[in-house]
Amino acid sequence: MSEKPVFERIRRDVADNEVFLYMKGTPVFPQCGFSAAVVQVLSNLGVRFSSANVLEDPELRDGIKHFSNWPTIPQLYVKGEFVGGCDIIREMYETGELAEFLNSRGVNVQLANPA
Amino acid sequence: MTVRSSIESKLSARFAPVALTIVDESHLHAGHVGARAEGETHFRVEIVAASFAGRSRLERQRLVYAALADELAGPVHALSVRALTPTEAAAAS
Repeated sequence: MSEKPVFERIRRDVADNEVFLYMKGTPVFPQCGFSAAVVQVLSNLGVRFSSANVLEDPELRDGIKHFSNWPTIPQLYVKGEFVGGCDIIREMYETGELAEFLNSRGVNVQLANPA
Repeated sequence: MTVRSSIESKLSARFAPVALTIVDESHLHAGHVGARAEGETHFRVEIVAASFAGRSRLERQRLVYAALADELAGPVHALSVRALTPTEAAAAS
């Protein structure tokens, strides 16, 4: 994995924000169903998160794929750790593992709509 | 060869799955960024293979992505993956 200039920004984003989502669009206006699904899950869990819109930044869009060694967007980071994309987050949410995982990392979870 | 058949042959060769379902969901994304007129851009894969045992979700999906790197770098815009072991698949059904 070759170091790209954008990696420094990514490291800062995922270090400075306990939950950070790389997505297409914004939480209010997601521009992809997969990104929208992850936003929905985080909202259901009452998790506060920050995000970056990769559609506004081609360098970031390409860079995050190399940084995570993961070819698709969205990508969720918790406390600097890559957790997964839409499929993994959805599965972990449905089994209850995501809430457990977030709790174990000290992230505040408030079940708005208990499943 | 269609994109679907190349996905099928690569996953079969790499994982020797006991079950493999490939669903072309491109029609759900017509007109969306990444859609092609000829379709075959958005796929959902459900794969059951013994070799996923002992691997995390991240590791499993990375393996599937790696097997389909050419497709992901080319025509395939979105690939949804569910990768289970035979034991998990039996429990889920």
